[in-house]
Amino acid sequence: MNDRLESVFSSFEGGAGELIPILQAVQAEFGYLPEQAMVETARFARVPQSRVYAVATFYAQFRFTPIGRTHVMLCRGTACHVRGAPRILEEVERHLGIKEGETSEDLEYSLETVACIGACGLSPCLMTNKKVEAKLTPKKVKKLFAARRTEGGRE
Amino acid sequence: MTGRFDNGSFDRIVRRAREKWDALQSGQCPVILVGTATCGRSAGSLEVLEAFREETARRGLDCRLVEVGCIGLCYAEPIVSIAKPSGPTVFYSGVTAEMAVELVESYLAGDDPLPDYALGTTGSGTIDGIPELYQTPVFVGQVRRTLRNCGFIDPSEIDHCIAGGGYTGLVNALETGAERTIDEVKASGLRGRGGAGFPTWRKWLFCREAPGDEKYMVCNADEGDPGAFMNRSLLEGDPHALLEGMVIAGYAIGAGHGYIYCRAEYPLALERLRLALQQAEEYGLLGDDILGSGFDFHIKIKEGAGAFVCGEETALIASIEGQRGMPRPRPPFPAVSGLWGKPTIINNVETLASVSLILQNGADWFAEYGTEQSKGTKTFALVGKVKRTGLVEVPLGITLRKMIFDIGGGTLDDKPLKAVQTGGPSGGCIPASLLDTPVDYDSLGAAGSIMGSGGMVVMDDETCMVDFARYFLDFAQKESCGECVPCRLGTKQLLNILEDITAGKGRPEDIDLLVELGEAIKQGSLCGLGQTAPNPVLTTIRYFRDEYLEHILEHRCPAVDCRALIRFVIDEQLCIGCTACAKVCPTGAISGEKKEPHTIDQEKCIKCHACYEACRPAAVQKSS
Repeated sequence: MNDRLESVFSSFEGGAGELIPILQAVQAEFGYLPEQAMVETARFARVPQSRVYAVATFYAQFRFTPIGRTHVMLCRGTACHVRGAPRILEEVERHLGIKEGETSEDLEYSLETVACIGACGLSPCLMTNKKVEAKLTPKKVKKLFAARRTEGGRE
Repeated sequence: MTGRFDNGSFDRIVRRAREKWDALQSGQCPVILVGTATCGRSAGSLEVLEAFREETARRGLDCRLVEVGCIGLCYAEPIVSIAKPSGPTVFYSGVTAEMAVELVESYLAGDDPLPDYALGTTGSGTIDGIPELYQTPVFVGQVRRTLRNCGFIDPSEIDHCIAGGGYTGLVNALETGAERTIDEVKASGLRGRGGAGFPTWRKWLFCREAPGDEKYMVCNADEGDPGAFMNRSLLEGDPHALLEGMVIAGYAIGAGHGYIYCRAEYPLALERLRLALQQAEEYGLLGDDILGSGFDFHIKIKEGAGAFVCGEETALIASIEGQRGMPRPRPPFPAVSGLWGKPTIINNVETLASVSLILQNGADWFAEYGTEQSKGTKTFALVGKVKRTGLVEVPLGITLRKMIFDIGGGTLDDKPLKAVQTGGPSGGCIPASLLDTPVDYDSLGAAGSIMGSGGMVVMDDETCMVDFARYFLDFAQKESCGECVPCRLGTKQLLNILEDITAGKGRPEDIDLLVELGEAIKQGSLCGLGQTAPNPVLTTIRYFRDEYLEHILEHRCPAVDCRALIRFVIDEQLCIGCTACAKVCPTGAISGEKKEPHTIDQEKCIKCHACYEACRPAAVQKSS
């Protein structure tokens, strides 16, 4: 882990003001913020560990557990809500066999909701690894995650 | 500073840019523009782009394929335009890979423009059977100024922007000097486009006059309001419009450094911004000694980490400093003491894009449109239960009715319109009876809502207003930073009461309690988040009190929306016994023989709507 961290840190100067970009880069490298990486970040940015923890827990972007290979972010924006996002969420949960905020045991899928993806004109929508899927219907959700069901996702 | 300024270097840049643009426009081969902003991509535009590429290559056709931003017609994505060397440009909507192949065969290899697929034409000349794009209802009421380039230029080409007048505003500012730049913005009447509507020039002047050598210019591109994507679209379609405005603002207030705080949920916007920054630096429009004027200005991008409260100025500053995004009391205002304790100005993306336009075309030109107190045009994200969803730009003062019915084409399936929500979680719901309200800062405020950043969500009679208020309070409560008690505890209490009401457990005295609590939160909260969080509750009570009462007194939801208050039944007369409902029911609540009417076991039903959506003869019905 230390080698990977050193290479992440090498593009920063190590000031306290860089704390958030550093944590973002660490998360981009590991997929989440491992405890040891946060301790090292505190040392590198010359701030107390409590400060690193305080900042990391404040922002929705940061995670403290590994993330699935397919990261599903379902939009809970206003336009999506009005056009049925709550039901789409249930449908996705059912197909993936995990609830909002969870990662499947095989680390294949993580499911999160986000405030707004900004594709409101094509609501309801979700993002899988930065690709936006729009105008969702229960049928489309089924098609999107068909592979998951045959792999043994819960009915 | 202005004494040394010589715009000869800029003239050379413009000449080169125009040559490049003219070569694209007047070339001998057709030009195909494919809208590949986030909305286009989610509708499949990258596949369409690939199909055009493959099919034209396969046929050996000479043509230019260009990726552009979006023209704002989300409902019609993916959008492609084709310009042949002679004749107008034809815009096509809902293009698929198969249609792309067809268009190449019929229109590029042949002469048939396939009018059935076309949306409209632009430029000189007409084609039988295709209307002029700007004469179609969705465009007639619009005045596209901030968005003029989106969907028409390649956002990764700085030359396209410059050829259309980009950065001439910066040159004008550098020529006239900082004070007169502020005067020009003052004369234009520009007010902040982020929501609050504070006069931009006044903020700038505070900062310019604040003591200190080091000042900062920050652009708020965090666009946290759910239901809004004006800034995303502009950043993806015309990033230089923002950069130019930001350099002008930096010059006017005397800042040497700028930050763009953009949300991480906008990967494409970030990518385009980074490229635009690099190009502007290469052209000497950013960096040290801009265009030889002696003015140095550097811009850094900060990715937001997902906190709605960071749209608040002081919280945003804390976030850039690497802290938790918690607001602090004002005064001192950031214009006096902001980032790292230095005088700082924070402007919204659209405000800065408007600044570019004002300096390019003059204050009078900008103020041609709008009302006495609200000048210019404004972009809105028209979404929800409306036919033509998308991004529109209208003169301020237009009525809500014109926006929703003329531009938006009315509600989906022509259902009765119930309300329109403006201003995101800080705004309010305006009922159908007030549709003739002009869209300007003061009229929307008088109706109990706010202009906000430009989200406009249309609701029909199937949207429950109590549930809608609950939705926003759920959002506000999750996003409350927890620093001040009225917001932290108050939003939670409001949410609890609203949850009770939507679950059919409301008490008659709850409505008065919501109002009393809401007013207290507005008065007692530290920042804009808490001060506006009760607005969705207060406006829905003001205009839809009856709906609250029906939930509380009769335990029914008139919109047939609140899950705890509805039930599904199968109409025996309509049921054909096809078993489609039973097959999709996740809990096995539906039983019945094939070709016989089915029934739903209310004990087992989880009200997931699966049967309701699967039933073809509409025999599954919901009631409250």
